[in-house]
Amino acid sequence: MLSQILYALPFLAEGFAVTLWVSLLVVVLSLVAGVLLGVGLVYGPAPLRWVVRIFSDTIRGIPILVLMFFVYYGLPAVGVHLQSFWAAVLALTLFKTAQVVEYVRGAVASIPKGQSEAAMAIGLTFRQRLTSVIFPQAFRRFLPPWINGVTDAVKGSALVSLLGITDLMQAINQVIGRTYEAMPLYILGALIYFAVNYALSYASRRLEQRFAFIRD
Amino acid sequence: MATSSNNSPALLDIAEVSKSFGSVAVLRSVSLQVAKGEVVTIIGPSGSGKTTLLRCVNFLESYDSGSIRIDGKEVGFRPGPARNSGTRQRRSERDLAAMRAETGMVFQSFNLFPHLTAAGNIMLGLTKVRRKSSSEARSIAEHWLGRVGLAHKADSLPAELSGGQQQRVGIARAVAMEPKILLLDEITSALDPELVGEVLAVVKSLAEDGMTMVMVTHEMAFARDASSRIVFMADGGVSAVGPPKEILAAETTNERLRTFLARFRASHF
Repeated sequence: MLSQILYALPFLAEGFAVTLWVSLLVVVLSLVAGVLLGVGLVYGPAPLRWVVRIFSDTIRGIPILVLMFFVYYGLPAVGVHLQSFWAAVLALTLFKTAQVVEYVRGAVASIPKGQSEAAMAIGLTFRQRLTSVIFPQAFRRFLPPWINGVTDAVKGSALVSLLGITDLMQAINQVIGRTYEAMPLYILGALIYFAVNYALSYASRRLEQRFAFIRD
Repeated sequence: MATSSNNSPALLDIAEVSKSFGSVAVLRSVSLQVAKGEVVTIIGPSGSGKTTLLRCVNFLESYDSGSIRIDGKEVGFRPGPARNSGTRQRRSERDLAAMRAETGMVFQSFNLFPHLTAAGNIMLGLTKVRRKSSSEARSIAEHWLGRVGLAHKADSLPAELSGGQQQRVGIARAVAMEPKILLLDEITSALDPELVGEVLAVVKSLAEDGMTMVMVTHEMAFARDASSRIVFMADGGVSAVGPPKEILAAETTNERLRTFLARFRASHF
């Protein structure tokens, strides 16, 4: 049994690399899109706020799996053909973006109005107010839910296996298909996912402590 | 100190400014001129529009009609095309920021940036708006912290300072930008009584240096001692203007003012 698993390790490592790559893409893309849309939701003109509101509420109301199948199997009907990998990344990114929008909105809205006013009063432009006054304070409130979301993204990336992408999950299933060693391999898989997410949570706690000096 | 600004062009010229929140008129055709070096104190019952007027001067609040000019330049709006006179356009975000940098404001609730030290609070505008190097900004910050008696607190965070100390940093942050005019919005109202004196002493010394100031306050004794003129506002309009002795005289003929002062004396002395 052990030798079979050892023999499969390089294959599992390749799957793990795909899992990390998908997670990284989704986390980074959703962070950029989510911050932009989140700021739009708080400060933007009314039409932009409506669009973001509808986007966020709709996406968050749909199971990720449905979203993924919709992007991969549904969009070709309107002429959009994506490779399974990119369809999966797009679907997961849309889902994650809708969450990041809410984290950003909550964090930014929690900063008292007086902070913006004081920043205006010394002549800072909108962008300077965001980068020098609002974001540094909002960051501490944004971080905990966002890190939670990152660990969700790593776990949720296992869904890409359902589009036939060989990530860690799919690699494990394939090895089980050859070896019939379901129990040890699922335990191994669980340990790997756990290790990644535990490391993320630990890093998050350290970061939060670093920013703890900012009063609430 | 000048008690009237009729013969010199006003540094701050508020002309017939009106503003409503929905159906409630908060400012009714308010006009007020402030000359360079003047200290003008606005008093009046709550809801009379004092703070709103102050916030219009640096355009934290917009107004519906009238104009507010500093050094002849309209604060929040630029005139519409000549053939379409009477229309006005809100200034761009960049323009507004530049205009606001010409006025300093000190807030009732201090509004220091909690993630920056005392010096950092003062340096932010100097580096980002005035484009000074951080070493130059630091030395300006230290100079002003010294002026408000907090040289030793340069590297303290706001949370480590008392209310009076925080407000003195707030004043230093505003004056370090070398504004043409300083706006003080009930800056001692959130302070414990024993901390009020240290903040007012700073304001007094700025007044002696010739800083032009418009302040809203409930500190009548301070208003009497430090002001060139006192403006009494009621129901969104200017009800009385004059030198402190005249306005705070018990025998004033202005009914509203007499009632206000009588109530004020009853509750504060």
